[in-house]
Amino acid sequence: MPNLAFDTSHPLAGGLVLVSFVLLYQDRLYSMLNVYALHALVLALAVAWQANIQNAPHLYVTAGLALGFKAIIIPVALRRIVERLGIHREIETVVGIGPTMLCGMALVALSMVVMLRVTAEAAPIAREDLAFALAVVLLGLLVMVTRRNAVSQVVGFMSLENGLVLAATGAKGMPLVVEISVAFSILIAFIVIGIFLFRIRERFDTVDIGALDQFRGERR
Amino acid sequence: MSFALARIELVLLIPLAAATLLALLPGYRLTARLNVAATLLTFLAALSLLFTPHPPPGPYLLVDDLNVVFIALNTFVGFTTSVFSASYVGHELETGRLTPAYLRFYHAMYQLLMCAMNVALMANNIGLMWVAIETATLTTVLMVGIYRTHEALEAAWKYFILGSVGIALALFGTILVYVAAQPVIGEGLDAMVWTTLVAHASKFDPALLNVAFIFLLLGYGTKVGLAPLHAWLPDAHAEGPTPISAVLSGLLLNVALYAVLRFKILMAANAAAVAPGPLMVTMGLVSLIFAAFMLYRRRDIKRLFAYSSIEHMGIITFAFGMGGPLANFAGLLHMTMHSLTKSGIFFAVGHVAQAKGTQRIADIGGLTETHPWLGWSLVAGIVAIAGLPPLGIFMSEFLVVSSTFARAPLLAIPLVFGLLVALGALFLRLNGIAFGEPRGETHPVKASYGPLFAHLALVLAAGLYLPPQLVAWFQHVSQLLG
Repeated sequence: MPNLAFDTSHPLAGGLVLVSFVLLYQDRLYSMLNVYALHALVLALAVAWQANIQNAPHLYVTAGLALGFKAIIIPVALRRIVERLGIHREIETVVGIGPTMLCGMALVALSMVVMLRVTAEAAPIAREDLAFALAVVLLGLLVMVTRRNAVSQVVGFMSLENGLVLAATGAKGMPLVVEISVAFSILIAFIVIGIFLFRIRERFDTVDIGALDQFRGERR
Repeated sequence: MSFALARIELVLLIPLAAATLLALLPGYRLTARLNVAATLLTFLAALSLLFTPHPPPGPYLLVDDLNVVFIALNTFVGFTTSVFSASYVGHELETGRLTPAYLRFYHAMYQLLMCAMNVALMANNIGLMWVAIETATLTTVLMVGIYRTHEALEAAWKYFILGSVGIALALFGTILVYVAAQPVIGEGLDAMVWTTLVAHASKFDPALLNVAFIFLLLGYGTKVGLAPLHAWLPDAHAEGPTPISAVLSGLLLNVALYAVLRFKILMAANAAAVAPGPLMVTMGLVSLIFAAFMLYRRRDIKRLFAYSSIEHMGIITFAFGMGGPLANFAGLLHMTMHSLTKSGIFFAVGHVAQAKGTQRIADIGGLTETHPWLGWSLVAGIVAIAGLPPLGIFMSEFLVVSSTFARAPLLAIPLVFGLLVALGALFLRLNGIAFGEPRGETHPVKASYGPLFAHLALVLAAGLYLPPQLVAWFQHVSQLLG
């Protein structure tokens, strides 16, 4: 069954793109966190499958990290932060959902065209994974750009980072993948702690990035 | 050879050991001195690398003629900044802006930053280089937010988010380089070792390399502070402690640029890949002209010099983008001169802000009367950074402009235009800050002039006379850069 490897990794990577789309039209923080947990779960499955077909047991560490840390601990922690700090649960978007979705489709098409064209020589699995991974990265950027709320921007960044992990595990035999995924988890932990510290000191009136725009440091 | 290897490790291990020690030790006097001693030892270890043959490159670390220049500069400015930092944080403790616990944290982070930057400069592995630059970013984010004021936290947050996006893009580029290398070199560690990559680059898929370079340029370009991606830089400079502004401008921007240069060499080794030069020239010119105009409306003195850093990083990126022996030589010289001058200016600005109790330009005036030493050194620094003779930056800017005129006269017009616009803005500010009636409140300040004068003297000396050995060395490195 030479194609089982490909046939399974393809829908898993494609599923990640799909969940990124679902993330794109969420307008409530809690549902966004739930979708992000699903995103991390799909990533964990995709990475575990890569570990299986590449015979690379160390990738199970990355998969476990995605499952335990990103799919469970981070969403729960963020949910408690949102609860305790009383952050607005509706997300203000910069553009409407329609244009955002169209933009997202264009980005997916772009990443397919670019990546499939330039990776003609690479192995088919790596090719598909890279194209899907770039789509997830670009969709993550789109989420960050279209949201005005800091927590949802962080969720966008974390989904972007999931795309990077997918790309790194799809590139067969890439060294330092586990180290890089651990480094990213530390980064994310810092961000989440950062949100918490920002609010617990009551320095910000709102964790709304729109408030940041008012600050140019020169209007004192 | 084992001796040489040991010294490479010393450059990395001294800061790491010092970071641990400084995190544990209490007391301002002891820790500030220890901080200086550690950076001095690191500098001496780095200096010894200059004068001995390089060890063969390993799978993780590499010392060659290119990065040894960066390492020496990095550790030197790291050392002088730690001297400045000692007197700066003393004042901050007295005024209560820093508490002893935060000071301990600050010193540990300073050493960790030094360690991360040295790892990034010595990395022979593109994955390790990425991890090191990420660590350096994280430590500076923490230090920018250390005052915990509303503005400082917002600046740190902005830096964090933009820096993370940049870092994510750079990682995607790094993965693509590995994917391009893997069919040729094979799986595993070798396909991420820079020396191996360059040796085999001609056989890589050029289209994949092109896409990879765009991601790397955007990603690391964010950290260099190139124009469309610069938004974090002025806030981070203005709100953090001034020693960190000096290290950010003088060193971290260089480290990110060094990463871009490494990948530029990789691209140049593949004849079919797109030339990286025009991309870098465009980004450099845009940054230069944009920042030159932004200089006019600054009301915060540290923000003014942050924009000036964007301007100069633009010039340096432009020079390296032009390529060729002369432009590369000019780029290297300009980078060295900018690091020395800009960190020197921040040393002066840090004490000025302490003496005046504010960073607002409107409240700073007549410095040459109230604080002659500080005032006149700031004047010298601004004259130097504006690119007037006889100081070092004049020479490097002159070389950049003349090499551009020789090769692409049309590009020289926007370049000279940007330089003149920036010159005008700096002189407009210089007049108000340094001369005329003293304005604003004035406190006495215990300044440490040593690092400031050392930097200005080096810049002046380089403007008057460059030792032939140094010229030969820079020429050799320019050849390497292609």
